[in-house]
Amino acid sequence: MNRSRLAAVLATFCLLAPLAQAGPEEDRAAFLATFARKLPGVAVDDYVYGSLLDNADARSHYEDIMAFPPFLPDVERGRDLWEKPFRNGGTYADCLPDSGRMIAGKYPQYDPVEDRVITFEMLLNRCRAAAGEPEYGYGDRATMGLLTAYARSLSDGMPMQIRVEGPGALAKYEAGRRLFFRRIGQMNFACATCHLHNAGGVMRMETISPAIGQAAHFPVFRGGETVYTLHMRYIRCMEQVRAQPFPAGSEAFNDLEYFHSYLSNGLPLQASVYRR
Amino acid sequence: MMCMATFRIPCALLLLALSAPATVAAEDLPGREIAHAQEKGNCLACHRMPTDPGAVTAATLGPVLKNVRERFPDRAALRAQIWDASAKNRDTIMPLYGRHRILTEAEIDLVTDYIHGL
Ligand code: HEC
Ligand code: HEC
Repeated sequence: MNRSRLAAVLATFCLLAPLAQAGPEEDRAAFLATFARKLPGVAVDDYVYGSLLDNADARSHYEDIMAFPPFLPDVERGRDLWEKPFRNGGTYADCLPDSGRMIAGKYPQYDPVEDRVITFEMLLNRCRAAAGEPEYGYGDRATMGLLTAYARSLSDGMPMQIRVEGPGALAKYEAGRRLFFRRIGQMNFACATCHLHNAGGVMRMETISPAIGQAAHFPVFRGGETVYTLHMRYIRCMEQVRAQPFPAGSEAFNDLEYFHSYLSNGLPLQASVYRR
Repeated sequence: MMCMATFRIPCALLLLALSAPATVAAEDLPGREIAHAQEKGNCLACHRMPTDPGAVTAATLGPVLKNVRERFPDRAALRAQIWDASAKNRDTIMPLYGRHRILTEAEIDLVTDYIHGL
């Protein structure tokens, strides 16, 4: 190999090396760097406020609503679902680690035995299945929607701590990442088009939230009344770009949630928040 | 001609109706509704149109659309921008209204006329 060839190969290697070692933490750092530019003066801790992050009026309106949330009766119905014993006498609290308190921030998790991503909602359904109860539909607001509105609130304040370790976990994370960056639908948007490249921009009347912080504050009650789990919100955004949405609870969305939740690592979880 | 005594009033109405398009303000152009409607052009998701007071939006994602005729003296160039924004900017976020058949050719013509007058 002559010298210039060698130099070229070395140069290529040096250029590719950072790509080769790019992983979840590098992704998060890259998102943070982009948001530092797009959202100057906004503290990372405030990203959880989503589209309210840069609007003082909207934030104080939000705080007022959160003092007496109109959806409190819905969360209480969720608590009833949580407390009602299964026919075998067991409860979710019996079934879950730490009685289901301060655990939601560890989900989604990669399960190496099943080689798939397990979301917090799947964990609840696993408890139901183990007790011989029918599973709830992941798109069902009246059951899974309200149950998680309460069950996740038992982890309020817990920092998100998603782990991606080992090649199996990384493959699922990468699958979620690919979906996040893939342009889809007639409008040809990717999640990244809006929630990375145009975060902080205004679409008609709404500020677009940054992807970091989103997964930490779910479910939300839109208009103060309609519960949206994270997957229901994914569906809404996909419909908006006129793409065929994946079903709530699908593997594609579980992987997306895994990637998406990792981005929020370190931010405190809060369940059942108001959104416009 | 036809405008005899008994037809005078209907004829007058007909003439009025026929002359109407000449006096239509930009806001009454049929392309306006198509441009504004969320399930059609939804241009207000990204563009402000400050010369049309009825175009209510706080959008920041695309350039403000005003003095469009100065920017696009050639109507065909404006139509091309709406038909396929990726021709000028490969990574554009603007939907490709013609190429992706989001609007029909006829709708794109109407939208072009409306936008040209902003
Ligand atoms: C065309 C722009 C656009 C695209 C593409 C898009 N979204 Fe959204 N998204 C919005 C807007 C606007 C909102 C409402 C304002 C907000 O909360 O950001 C929103 C809201 C959300 C929320 C709720 C945030 C909150 O705090 O309530 C989540 C989560 C979300 N999007 C995720 C996604 C994901 C994942 C994808 C890809 C599958 C996606 N979005 C694609 C524009 C978009
Ligand atoms: C999702 C965002 C989005 C939507 C929706 C959108 N645009 Fe755009 N538009 C842009 C962006 C961004 C640009 C800047 C050029 C680029 O990046 O391609 C642009 C550029 C333009 C321009 C050129 C402006 C100039 O001064 O060069 C025109 C004209 C235009 N858009 C018209 C429209 C019309 C008409 C519609 C609706 C039928 C529309 N746009 C919908 C984002 C959008």
